[in-house]
Amino acid sequence: MTSDPAPVANAAPHLLDVRNLATRFATAEGCVQAVDGVSFHIDEGETLGLVGESGCGKSVTSLSVMRLIPTPPGEITDGSVLFEGTDLQTLSEREMRRVRGGSIGMIFQEPMTSLNPVLTIGRQITEALGIHLDLNKGAARNRAIEILARVGLPDPASRFSDYPHHLSGGQRQRVMIAMAISCNPKLLIADEATTALDVTIQAQILELLQSLCEELRMALLIITHNLGVVARYAQRVAVMYAGKIIETGAADEIYTTPRHPYTKALLSSVPRLDAITTTRLTSIEGEIPDLVNLPEGCAFAPRCRWVVDRCRVESPELGPSGGSHTAACWEQDRIDHDRLAELQQS
Amino acid sequence: MTGESRHADGERAAASSPDGPTLSVRDLQVHFPITSGFLIRRQTGAVKAVDGVTFDIAPGETLGLVGESGSGKTTTGRAILQLQRPTAGSVEFRGVELTSISAKKMRPFRSEMQIIFQDPYGSLNPRMSAGRIIGEPLTVHGLGGDQDQRLERVAELLKRVGMNPAMMGRYPHEFSGGQRQRIGIARALAGAPSFIVCDEPVSALDVSIQAQILNLLSDLQTEFNISYLFIAHDLSVVRHISDRVAVMYLGKIMEMATSVELYENPMHPYTRALMSAVPIPDPALERQRERIVLAGDIPSPINPPSGCVFRTRCPIATDECGEVLPDLVDHGGGHQVACIKV
Repeated sequence: MTSDPAPVANAAPHLLDVRNLATRFATAEGCVQAVDGVSFHIDEGETLGLVGESGCGKSVTSLSVMRLIPTPPGEITDGSVLFEGTDLQTLSEREMRRVRGGSIGMIFQEPMTSLNPVLTIGRQITEALGIHLDLNKGAARNRAIEILARVGLPDPASRFSDYPHHLSGGQRQRVMIAMAISCNPKLLIADEATTALDVTIQAQILELLQSLCEELRMALLIITHNLGVVARYAQRVAVMYAGKIIETGAADEIYTTPRHPYTKALLSSVPRLDAITTTRLTSIEGEIPDLVNLPEGCAFAPRCRWVVDRCRVESPELGPSGGSHTAACWEQDRIDHDRLAELQQS
Repeated sequence: MTGESRHADGERAAASSPDGPTLSVRDLQVHFPITSGFLIRRQTGAVKAVDGVTFDIAPGETLGLVGESGSGKTTTGRAILQLQRPTAGSVEFRGVELTSISAKKMRPFRSEMQIIFQDPYGSLNPRMSAGRIIGEPLTVHGLGGDQDQRLERVAELLKRVGMNPAMMGRYPHEFSGGQRQRIGIARALAGAPSFIVCDEPVSALDVSIQAQILNLLSDLQTEFNISYLFIAHDLSVVRHISDRVAVMYLGKIMEMATSVELYENPMHPYTRALMSAVPIPDPALERQRERIVLAGDIPSPINPPSGCVFRTRCPIATDECGEVLPDLVDHGGGHQVACIKV
């Protein structure tokens, strides 16, 4: 795979600038191109939502950014990940460890398995503080209690010596957030961070993340399959399908005028809480393609109702469709035209 | 497979009462004992998983049961099917009381009352082919006739749930999540049920597949006049599929109303908080919506709060709420609310 040499000298460099990232896995069935030429950027203090269904490559994208892909079987084959102007792919493992949990924090879906069950939560938070901020034991303890209070853990001083199993799911996720923000990261990656939680707890955690981002001027990458969560919290959205970003733009534009048929279909297939009538849902026929045997051309073509001959031969690239809103589809003008026609009819 | 012939099948177990509800649940309680002590075990407490739940489901109706984890919604479904014997209360299915009958007498009802599970991976036997999984209820309940007829029926069922009958010989691991859920639905349909407990049937599926399964469930309901108890934590899904919705919290029903009424006019503070916590995929709308963020977690069902069980997280609770146990009160049009402040 070849990549165009990207212009390096930007007037205002992005906080995170991912260019043409490609990651593949060797499996018994063959080579899986999990991430296939993904480019996106996040600016300081901004929230980007990366959405897609299972297997679309959203988690592999974030793990590739953090260089946490197990090699072998995984391998980052192409692209660059510029964080504050430095390409993370060129760092030594030792330098990379300073970035992880230092200037980039990460929280995962499973608060149960991401915490070490045999260490107290205090020990787990102070460990990072010792490594990244070089604090002594007493100072680290004070800082840890301060952060635990900030993330809303009740009675943090006595909770400091509790083990993860003493806490509820929501509280564990608060501890995970405390660990992730303890070293004042510039970017926080939340990979399905609220998926395992009940809705009322999910709301607590997301509101907490949002207020922390504002307070600490932290950028946030929300990775989720939940279109509602992204609509509520993200300023910009990138939609992934079969290892590629197929549409990206400002949240308002993506949700009101989706230009890629997949985005459009996805939005009309979710039941909405505010839907007045209970009509049939518009489902997307078929299944997500097998990543080992991707169809030639556009990966969505077999399920697409706008498909033309060209889609089965040539893979569309993300092209400009007005402002920063771009979609990877040959027929996006026709889709937009049809949408306007529908609007006029109703 | 025609609607009439299946329906005639469905009449066999109970003397049907055409006007009455399919299912009638009264003051259902399921308490799990907590024992302690070595050698001499004594009951020292109880987890009140379901604590006084009452509702009816009419023929062809869907009652949605929503609540967070630990609210007792799954236990309610299991207690109705007598998979978990209730501690107290009554479950009447087409006029027959189920809580007091023996396991043997319960058998004829098993084919008529079915269940679809959440986990399409864990709920299918990996060593049985799709055909055997779907055909087993036919053999068990003696519904299938000879082997050829059974195979024909399995093929029909597979076709009805949108799958190719040629896949009959395949094993669960060869199917995707959505296909497995279709097999689970076909298995439930094999017994010609008039009532199905759908326990989180779409929560493990991707959104695009979720819509396919939800549409299939509503088509089947229309075709065979099946009643559903639709258990889910996703309020948007429940609103979409249900005629009426009951909101559960710590083993009790907090509010129950028709789907439209509940979502347009939620009255219980818990329902309101729950709804405001669900984000809607519309950024412009989201900016205007009121957000009620509840503090804390669900209390332990071993030691539920006195009075109203929701009062520890309720934004409008007063001292009185700790003393009075609120009853479900009808506020007109079948909109029932258990709150003394409403």
